[in-house]
Amino acid sequence: MNFPVRFARDQWYVAAYGSEIGREPFPRTILGEALMFYRTRSGRPIALADRCVHRRFPLSQSHLDGDNVVCGYHGFTYDPTGACVAVPGQKRIPRTARVPAYPVIEQDSFVWVWIGDVEKADPGRIPRAPWLDQDGWTTVCGMEPLKAPYGLLVDNLLDLSHETYLHGGYIGTPEVAETPIRTEVDDEQEVVYVSRHMEDAACPPFYSESTGIEGRIVRWQDIEYHPPCLYLLHSRVAPTGLLPNQDGTDPGGFHVEVVYAITPETESSTHDFWAVARDFALEDEKVSDFLRESNRTVVLQDVVALDTLALALGIELGIEREGYQELSINIDTGGLAARRIIKAQIARGDGARNEYGADQVVAG
Amino acid sequence: MTAATSLKDRTHSGTIFTVEWLPGTDKLRGICYCDAELQSEDPIELWDWLLGHPEGHRA
Repeated sequence: MNFPVRFARDQWYVAAYGSEIGREPFPRTILGEALMFYRTRSGRPIALADRCVHRRFPLSQSHLDGDNVVCGYHGFTYDPTGACVAVPGQKRIPRTARVPAYPVIEQDSFVWVWIGDVEKADPGRIPRAPWLDQDGWTTVCGMEPLKAPYGLLVDNLLDLSHETYLHGGYIGTPEVAETPIRTEVDDEQEVVYVSRHMEDAACPPFYSESTGIEGRIVRWQDIEYHPPCLYLLHSRVAPTGLLPNQDGTDPGGFHVEVVYAITPETESSTHDFWAVARDFALEDEKVSDFLRESNRTVVLQDVVALDTLALALGIELGIEREGYQELSINIDTGGLAARRIIKAQIARGDGARNEYGADQVVAG
Repeated sequence: MTAATSLKDRTHSGTIFTVEWLPGTDKLRGICYCDAELQSEDPIELWDWLLGHPEGHRA
């Protein structure tokens, strides 16, 4: 079973950072569907299909009138539910004149959008990343476009042994690839956990320069992946020998929550959202600048590698669609578990459509 | 630096599959939620066995 390419519908996906959405229409393609986002005057985020029902003009290239969107081509006007409330030159509004509206939830600094059957959208199922918007934590973040299927990014993030080889000098040290992992899967809740605890490891620059630790470290990497979209890496570093207290408090540890949101744009491109939250040096701008630059560099190293891989696989897939051979070993245990869950999610969501059908064309 | 970011809040649904990489070896040990265990050097074989529960699972 190779990495997934097709989309898992009936799922929540991160569409944007909350800071990206404002009073100007904002376009973003999610799972192959062109969407546009904006905020109402009260600040509520709205997601509509980015095509006017009349002649398919992008509503993102239009303007807002109060809480409504006015198509920049002929003036078809839509309210936040997607209902057309005005058409040019006539009083009768065609009954079918509306664009699909997508359920949207703003949480933990992200704007989440539900892609699938609107009736099934349950905000309680959105996984949490509270550190990104919580007192006691400071976050740096970004988003890099990836010209590769989202499945390649899932593979990449579930196996951190690649840090040793692809990210040496930033976050990789020999111990990452050398240390055995423990993988757990909660099949019912659809969560994959991969833990790698290094008790005596070299401290990579990412941590030595941000924490000030000199010498070797305890380094714990605890992945918590909620397929298909949200990936959390609970990272703890401390001087060698310094462990959390029995009661769970950990005054000597430095904690970094690395968060990725893996959102397919198309079957061959992905929105790679990344964030790094820390519970130390909260006000230190130099540490923020360093972590932002370092993590972006690491993400771009992945982007170059995965774009290259996608190109190579594309050639191969063109010859023998999904029939190529790969080899999995111990380090792939978590990634294989993720693939299986996503495969089941794809099967479950097959055929799920937005209430009105994203491709519906209505004569105005 | 006060909060331990352990996985203490992790989910516990009752259908937990575990795969341990046995230190110093190339072997993986799969543990089903029914307590059945299997050792293998092939993670694909191990997932097939775990997810095939209860087929071949006798704890």
